[in-house]
Amino acid sequence: MSEKKKLRVATTSLAGCFGCHMSFLDIDERLIDLLELIEFDRTPLTDIKHCGPCDLGIIEGGVCNAENVHVLREFRKNCKVLIAMGACAVNGGLPAQRNHLDLRDILEVVYETEGSLAKGAHIPNDPELPLPLNKVHPIHEVVKVDYFLPGCPPSGDAIWKFLTDLIAGRTPHLGHGLLHYD
Amino acid sequence: MSDQNTFLLDGEEIAFTPGQTIMQAARAAGKYIPHLCWHPEFKPHGSCKLCTVKVNGRFASACTTAAAAGLEVENRTAELDDKRRTMLQLLFIEGNHFCPSCEKSGNCLLQATAYELEMLTPHFDHFYPDRPVDASHPDVMLDFNRCILCSLCVQASELVDKKCVFVMGGRGMKGRKIIINSESGRLADTDFSVDDRAASICPVGVILKKRVGFAVPYGQRTYDKAPVSIVETEAAK
Repeated sequence: MSEKKKLRVATTSLAGCFGCHMSFLDIDERLIDLLELIEFDRTPLTDIKHCGPCDLGIIEGGVCNAENVHVLREFRKNCKVLIAMGACAVNGGLPAQRNHLDLRDILEVVYETEGSLAKGAHIPNDPELPLPLNKVHPIHEVVKVDYFLPGCPPSGDAIWKFLTDLIAGRTPHLGHGLLHYD
Repeated sequence: MSDQNTFLLDGEEIAFTPGQTIMQAARAAGKYIPHLCWHPEFKPHGSCKLCTVKVNGRFASACTTAAAAGLEVENRTAELDDKRRTMLQLLFIEGNHFCPSCEKSGNCLLQATAYELEMLTPHFDHFYPDRPVDASHPDVMLDFNRCILCSLCVQASELVDKKCVFVMGGRGMKGRKIIINSESGRLADTDFSVDDRAASICPVGVILKKRVGFAVPYGQRTYDKAPVSIVETEAAK
């Protein structure tokens, strides 16, 4: 009997803090069981730069700049199933707390008028830097998202339950104690 | 043998006393009907629509519909819970409900109800409205980012505290809001006290007592211990 083909999984952090990826590592020794079922494509763990064809794409973080939009679209194009992991991907989270403020005002305060800055400091304008978006958006406002895993971050147990349900072909069900928005 | 004063709730016989609403009778019988703006101590407001049930096949608010003999009431059906989930999503995108930084997280009825109904995403596009915070009062702060316009603070302040500190004002999506009844519009310029009933009535994280926000840590709060459906039915006993 041939070995069952492993699912190919890509992950990335957009406008997130990598806290969800840290929580993903909190599934601890169960990672070894998981690696029997999956293999990684692009992820901070492999350092592969671009996402190839995948079964699962896991997105941490919302969309706050032009590069986030490009990466998110690349994931959507390549992944059969796309998952929003964590509060920022699901509803914008902490970065979206700037949304009721004017972007130029924020940049001016942070880079030009804030008291502790060096004299002559100005808003960064290097062509290498992706341009910030006017507002921060949850990823479902930009691409179609198949599953949502809320939490800031979702616990290792929640991520484990979610992934094992999904890989086994069940609709992920978190239930009391694992479903958290904080 | 069916008693005269009973109705069916999800196929189960529920006894009521004349004058009770479907919500009151269900609660007395230990049955949970999801709700946000309804509170057992106050008159029903009927605005949040989370308690919408089907009474003899027609939609009605359980908190404002009188119980009557022989009614067939549907409550926790897939159809109704699906509509409730949509209403919760609309509430979440209309305000700024950022649970990770909210002192009320774990004690919040909106959040607990969304857990109960397994809301995994806000689904709709967020409004991210610009709403004020009022930290002027020495003992209580107000964060209107989380207001769901349940009006419980209005009722509590008027009927229990006899102060009318909060009033509902304005019209429309952006205009409708809670107004502080003082010339300056600030809470500090009212006779509001931390001991008022209104200070502890808010089901979400708008009215917050200062200096006690994290006395009980996340993970050990009311709805961390049990889901809202259990907490509510236990409280009714």
